[in-house]
Amino acid sequence: MAVVRRRSSLPQAPSYSIKQVEALSRDNEEPGWLRERRLEAWALYESMPMPYMEEEWRRTDYRHIRWDEAGKLITANGLDASSVPAKNLEPLTGQEQGGLLVFVDGKIVSHQLADQLARQGVVFTDLRTALRESEDLLRERFMTRAVTPADGKFAALHAALWDYGVFVHVPRNTSAELPLHVVCYNTTAGAGLGHVLVVLEENAQATMQVEYASQERAQQSAYIGATELIVGDAGNLRYVSLQDWNRETFEFSHQRGVVGRDAQLDWVNGVMGSRLTKAFIEVDTVGAGANARVSGFFFADRGQFFDLDTQQNHNAPLTNTDLLFKGAARDNARTLWQGMIKSLPKMQQIDGYQVCRNLMLSDEARMDSIPGLEIEADDVACSHAATFGTLEDEPIYYLMSRGITRPQAQLMIIEGFFDELLQRIPFERVRQRLMAEIEAKIIA
Amino acid sequence: MTATLQIQNLHVSVEGDDDLILRGVDLTVKQGEIHALMGPNGSGKSTLANVLMGNPAYEVHEGAVFLNGDSVLDMEPDERSRAGLFLAFQYPVAIPGVTLANFLRHAINARLKADDPESKGIPIPKFARMMRQKMNDLHIDHSFAGRYLNEGFSGGEKKRAEVLQMAVLEPRIAVLDETDSGLDIDALRIVADGVNALTGPAMGALVITHYQRMLNYIKPDFVHVLYDGRIVESGGPELAHELEDKGYEWIREKHLAMAEA
Repeated sequence: MAVVRRRSSLPQAPSYSIKQVEALSRDNEEPGWLRERRLEAWALYESMPMPYMEEEWRRTDYRHIRWDEAGKLITANGLDASSVPAKNLEPLTGQEQGGLLVFVDGKIVSHQLADQLARQGVVFTDLRTALRESEDLLRERFMTRAVTPADGKFAALHAALWDYGVFVHVPRNTSAELPLHVVCYNTTAGAGLGHVLVVLEENAQATMQVEYASQERAQQSAYIGATELIVGDAGNLRYVSLQDWNRETFEFSHQRGVVGRDAQLDWVNGVMGSRLTKAFIEVDTVGAGANARVSGFFFADRGQFFDLDTQQNHNAPLTNTDLLFKGAARDNARTLWQGMIKSLPKMQQIDGYQVCRNLMLSDEARMDSIPGLEIEADDVACSHAATFGTLEDEPIYYLMSRGITRPQAQLMIIEGFFDELLQRIPFERVRQRLMAEIEAKIIA
Repeated sequence: MTATLQIQNLHVSVEGDDDLILRGVDLTVKQGEIHALMGPNGSGKSTLANVLMGNPAYEVHEGAVFLNGDSVLDMEPDERSRAGLFLAFQYPVAIPGVTLANFLRHAINARLKADDPESKGIPIPKFARMMRQKMNDLHIDHSFAGRYLNEGFSGGEKKRAEVLQMAVLEPRIAVLDETDSGLDIDALRIVADGVNALTGPAMGALVITHYQRMLNYIKPDFVHVLYDGRIVESGGPELAHELEDKGYEWIREKHLAMAEA
């Protein structure tokens, strides 16, 4: 059924200007090519309406964003890593970080890289430094292969105004054994435009986790982000993204993995925070034998709205994609997952799978799942599913019959629901922390 | 003190339904005694087991159940368990994402916390030692502990897991609901050995079974026959053999004759 909306209620656009784009580029002494790209992206941004009626947006109402607050570009105010909660800074495994990059309010405040990784030629740095030290690589790969400005209004805005980010480069035949860890933390309200670009060359391997969080603020914030994961032929990337923005943050992000021949991407995406999240999470298999596993978990409560839009693009024959999302919603929260498996014409012997499992924890919560297939080949094995469940009496009774209290039984069942997903995170410490965060949401 | 489970004039239906399944059950089980409850399909055996444990799918219309004088029907299932009651389920429920070990540790800790809210729970090494010991006793592979509870378990594995839970929780009165169903003879022997090891002065049992076969391995002190929602026959072990010889038809005819008289 078509939704008819009055013109007067269309979403407002933030009041950015080309002058801000020019100033940003000038103040950072950016190379000419980057300035040109920002300006092109700005022109593209200006040419597009604020998204609203399009199929992938029509269920996402973000008109309650107040751009005068949320759109104000965040500037660093001199805080250092000590303002970041200790739990976010803990090493992922062992006692030491393989690599750690910490941003506070978009400014880099901590940068560590284990000698072992540096000796291997692994680049793990912020984008500003990378522009000085790896300019050619960036020129070739930054917003050209994975996320591009043309992906949408917010992708174009990001390309015009991004102001901080991470660059990872793992050379050919190199395995970065120690995990890389990035923390993006905001203490002030306003707009952040962060970027992650990971490039694994042929037969390179890496494991990485990026965390997003912010202090509770009464004023609104916006995060207009982009994540690009480029896995070269026979490469192997394990990537974990954890989002726990404060309750007044609106996230609009574009994230895409590009997986080469015989390469592997294992991507886990967790969404716990924000007031509203609209994330496009896409994976392109671009070489025969490419394999991508995309996992997501989300838990929405108290007025949160999560809209996760996933796409598995089979752009080469003999490719596999396997997507599993699991989410819960309580109170009056709302979640939406829209999934699509696509193939280019005549891409034979592809195997695409997508499923979203929903656990509804209150009558007021609403969860929607909309799977889809657009396949233009015949020798394929593609399937999709969506399930919806509630906490049922029978398992609760079974656990209680052993002496476990009702609240504990409910907790165990909900945690059990998420366990399969959390087991896909390769860090025991992080799994435990997330379980505690899920628990906090259940008992809140 | 010897624990006593007293069931008095119990009338039960499925929740929201007026048709009674149990129509006045009276039965007393004491710690240290083994009672067998037999009866044809549909006589209400499993209903009795579940209503004793507090399954929300059933509704009590009349009657009472006491454990050491405390009203069981006023307790939540977890309170019944902590008071010393146990039910080995006929159809154990799969709980994805919760391992058997984690589940049992929570069950033990729930007891410790009920006794002492400050309790930090059972130390993990102590728990692990205890689990290994009990799994050895029941010929259960140690890998069981790390598997999700009942998920993908075979019929025999589920029943052994139920007996393992009973061994770990050490109830005073255990109800075994058709624990023999779906077991081959080897599995039946292992399960029966496990039950026999636990019964004795410390535990009383109400062993619910359709077939006499189970009673070749678990020797009851008393045998009761449930028919049409009432216990119509009670006696010693010889009653089970009589049933074996004459079949439930004998009970049916006798009951009908009684009803007509």
